[in-house]
Amino acid sequence: MPGGPLIAGLFEWSALPAWSTVRADLVQHIELSVIAVAIGSAIALPLGVATWRYRFVRLPVFAFSSALYVLPSLALFVIILPVTGIGSVLTAEVALVGYTLLILVMNVVAGLEAVPPDVREATAAMGYSPTAALVRVDLALALPYLVGGLRIATTTVVGLVTVTALIGLGGLGRLITTGFNADNSSSVLAGLVLSVALAAAFDLLLVGAEKLLVPWSRARRRSPAGARA
Amino acid sequence: MHFFSQVASWFGQRTHWHGSNGIPTLFVHQVLLSFAVIGAALVVGGGVGLLLGHYRRGALVAVNSANAARAIPTLALLTLFAILPAISLTWNGFLASFLALVILAIPPILTNTYVGVREVDADVRRAAAGMGMSGGQVMLGVELPLALPVIATGVRVAAIEVVATSTLAAYVSYGDLGTYVIAGLDTNDTVEAFCGGLLVALTAAAVAVVFGRLQRLATPAPLRRAAPALVTAGTGKGGV
Repeated sequence: MPGGPLIAGLFEWSALPAWSTVRADLVQHIELSVIAVAIGSAIALPLGVATWRYRFVRLPVFAFSSALYVLPSLALFVIILPVTGIGSVLTAEVALVGYTLLILVMNVVAGLEAVPPDVREATAAMGYSPTAALVRVDLALALPYLVGGLRIATTTVVGLVTVTALIGLGGLGRLITTGFNADNSSSVLAGLVLSVALAAAFDLLLVGAEKLLVPWSRARRRSPAGARA
Repeated sequence: MHFFSQVASWFGQRTHWHGSNGIPTLFVHQVLLSFAVIGAALVVGGGVGLLLGHYRRGALVAVNSANAARAIPTLALLTLFAILPAISLTWNGFLASFLALVILAIPPILTNTYVGVREVDADVRRAAAGMGMSGGQVMLGVELPLALPVIATGVRVAAIEVVATSTLAAYVSYGDLGTYVIAGLDTNDTVEAFCGGLLVALTAAAVAVVFGRLQRLATPAPLRRAAPALVTAGTGKGGV
């Protein structure tokens, strides 16, 4: 394929690994990402609610999840490696879940805090129990934030999963590492493009889910006062 | 306990503290690479963000680039640059690592600079113009200083990401603390990989603390509250 001298021959279809290999890597990439975000959400939702309701857990929860967030993923992988073993899905998932916690918990808390106080008073006056109000009103109104958190967490995790190839797992990172070792830029590019495309596809899915779940969000003003850094 | 005694003896070995593959040298390499990247990203991302914010252009790109950039796998950029004949392993992998990490570091700085400038009170800007300040003077003398705390948040986020990711630079043979991790994984030496991971984690934590301090310094005393979070909550429709 002709191109500038810099990018000539950077991508050749014929240099790509067999489709069955690519597909297997893609499937494992999806699996690793979905498991991480699912477990992260299952932990972050109750943790976020507790953080919102009981102020004294706020500091420890944020300190702990910020620490996990700051730690480099590769460092976390190899620190837990002696316990979980090389090539083990658990090694990857512990680190990936840890990485999603801060993003997801922050959004649960911000979403619940954004519920207007008069709505809360109204639900109390209508006789909702605190739990019913939480589930049926507060969390429902927080949905745009919950989806916002899921979108950031998913995009981040899909990008991070490429690194798991370095600890002996599959996923699109394997196209990148094998490509690098064989001086095969087509394979690296395929890993790059597929990973970005996968993140975009997940993002579109989540945006679509939000449209279905939160029909009133389209009517709201464009930039709700999201807790800004 | 056997494992921890191996870790202790790894840290006790003289060869790990001296010479070109010692911890001090590799640490300095990692810090050098990270600072070069953050400096370059600050010039490019901060400059573009400042101009876009001042002229109120390109909101969509400026606001969303930080989150969109999270999808780019830096490992792919790094290896791609290292394969390119024009870049290859120039300066022992420094150039490929530098370029890949700059691409990672620009978006959070750009987004925060843009938002910081855009959110400067319109009355303040009008007052500055009314006092006879030119557009450039308003940008550099009014908008930039007022946006500084928000810009500092972006720099802190970028710095944490860059130091964390610079670990991967060792994969394209740049000699920083990631070298122990990559070499350990290559040779199935979990002790060395673990010790490398520990060193990298300590470095990242130190960087987080230092940039947290810098951010506090960049914020005028009356505006200092708890340090802003590393991650911004939002509905994905604007905001930082």
